[in-house]
Amino acid sequence: MAASSRYPASPPATALAALRWACLRDLRLALRSRGEVALVLVFFVLVGSMFPLAMAPEASLLRAIAPGIAWVSALLATLLSLPRLFSADHADGTLEQMLLAPAPLSALLSGKVLAHWLTTSAPLVLLSALSGLQFNLDGEGIAILAASLLLGTPLLTWLGAVSAALALGTRGGSTLLGLLVLPLAVPVLIFGAGSVESAAAGLGAEAHLSLLAAGSILASMVGPATLALAVRIAHE
Amino acid sequence: MNWFRFASPASFYPIAGPLTAVFGWVAVALAVAGLYVGFVIAPTDAQQGESYRIIFIHVPAAWMAMLIYVVIAFWSLFSLTLNARLPAMMAQALAPTGAMFAFIALWTGAFWGRPTWGTYWVWDARLTSTLVLLFLYLGLIALRSAIDDPRRADRACALLALVGVVNVPIIYFSVRWWNTLHQGATISMTAAPKMAQTMLTAMLLMTFAAWSYAIATALHRVRTLIIEREALSDWVGRFIAESPAKAANDPAAAPRHGGV
Repeated sequence: MAASSRYPASPPATALAALRWACLRDLRLALRSRGEVALVLVFFVLVGSMFPLAMAPEASLLRAIAPGIAWVSALLATLLSLPRLFSADHADGTLEQMLLAPAPLSALLSGKVLAHWLTTSAPLVLLSALSGLQFNLDGEGIAILAASLLLGTPLLTWLGAVSAALALGTRGGSTLLGLLVLPLAVPVLIFGAGSVESAAAGLGAEAHLSLLAAGSILASMVGPATLALAVRIAHE
Repeated sequence: MNWFRFASPASFYPIAGPLTAVFGWVAVALAVAGLYVGFVIAPTDAQQGESYRIIFIHVPAAWMAMLIYVVIAFWSLFSLTLNARLPAMMAQALAPTGAMFAFIALWTGAFWGRPTWGTYWVWDARLTSTLVLLFLYLGLIALRSAIDDPRRADRACALLALVGVVNVPIIYFSVRWWNTLHQGATISMTAAPKMAQTMLTAMLLMTFAAWSYAIATALHRVRTLIIEREALSDWVGRFIAESPAKAANDPAAAPRHGGV
């Protein structure tokens, strides 16, 4: 991270520099509210720990449901963290200043999304190994689960970011956000959890992981413009 | 004739009323004919007995649920790119009808599944994707009702509908890959139909009845939306003043010309 003396107060006008500026700004904010970021990660582990308590903790059963539970927990944790992406910037007017800034809005917002992914989803990828151990997954299963989260969460973050921007300042808040994001996230969930199951069945996880990666690349291409439009709509 | 004239709510409102009545009565006539052919004339199915007759409601409802989402996305594209009011109102008016058809498709499917498959619900590709479609409709309706400013709600819902319509085929194929045991499509455009002629007639009659019903309810809702949103404009004031029924019931309508 840049030292504070070299960190400009307003975004530079070129796209890549603006992306870097917004990303570093949000990373710095996350670093200064570490508790809030950690809460999401604790939530992820907590949800995963509830399932063995709610049923007979047999090793074979747990191993069978592990990928599904890890993915649903990741989905819920992402959902929980989404309001943090824009609500503070919306409340204090920063988002409006970003709209007026000479820097391209889509680059600034992409920087925010990248920072959000780095502070929320990337730790989940690492924590999924812990969930895998809790659920008796073998080494290969844990590796594929982590890989599926690594490749699938960018798509999830883009879907969530667009939905969060559309729901900015509306009544209903996080409940509405759940209704908007979860149906759209169905394919990510299916291919993410399916990758581990298909590897366990001896079919290989390449097809699932390739589709997740394709979805994430596509989302990163159309995401910035869509998100910029959603934020503009929220400020009409 | 310049069709774009009807993109203005003020010129669309007068023709929407008669069209609502026409499509409404066409829907009633087709539904009566379709139900008669389907429930009285069509033969009993050799394998499924009488329970198969629910498909005369189930299949048109499922088709309409999918079609209406695409139509909403079509109007949403117009609404976003041209920043026009009427397409957004059309999209808003169609959403509850689409949600209703998705619900009917699931409900009748459960009743058909019980005697045929022995269960109300299976996690099959089409059932699951119809359920997700219902949630997408509910998300559209919920987002609309959560935003107070109608123009902002128009644009937010339009963007959500477009993101959704890109996702619908992806959801369908992902769920299909995940699990499928639904019977294959009985009607296709390329192969010869695998059902008796009377059954096909009843199904087509019911499908066109569902189309007409959807158009009639959407137009009726659009009329209400137009009056609601344009309540402060001059033409609505004139319209209320000139309306003979209103004038007879409410003599105060004329002096309030130009505003409500």
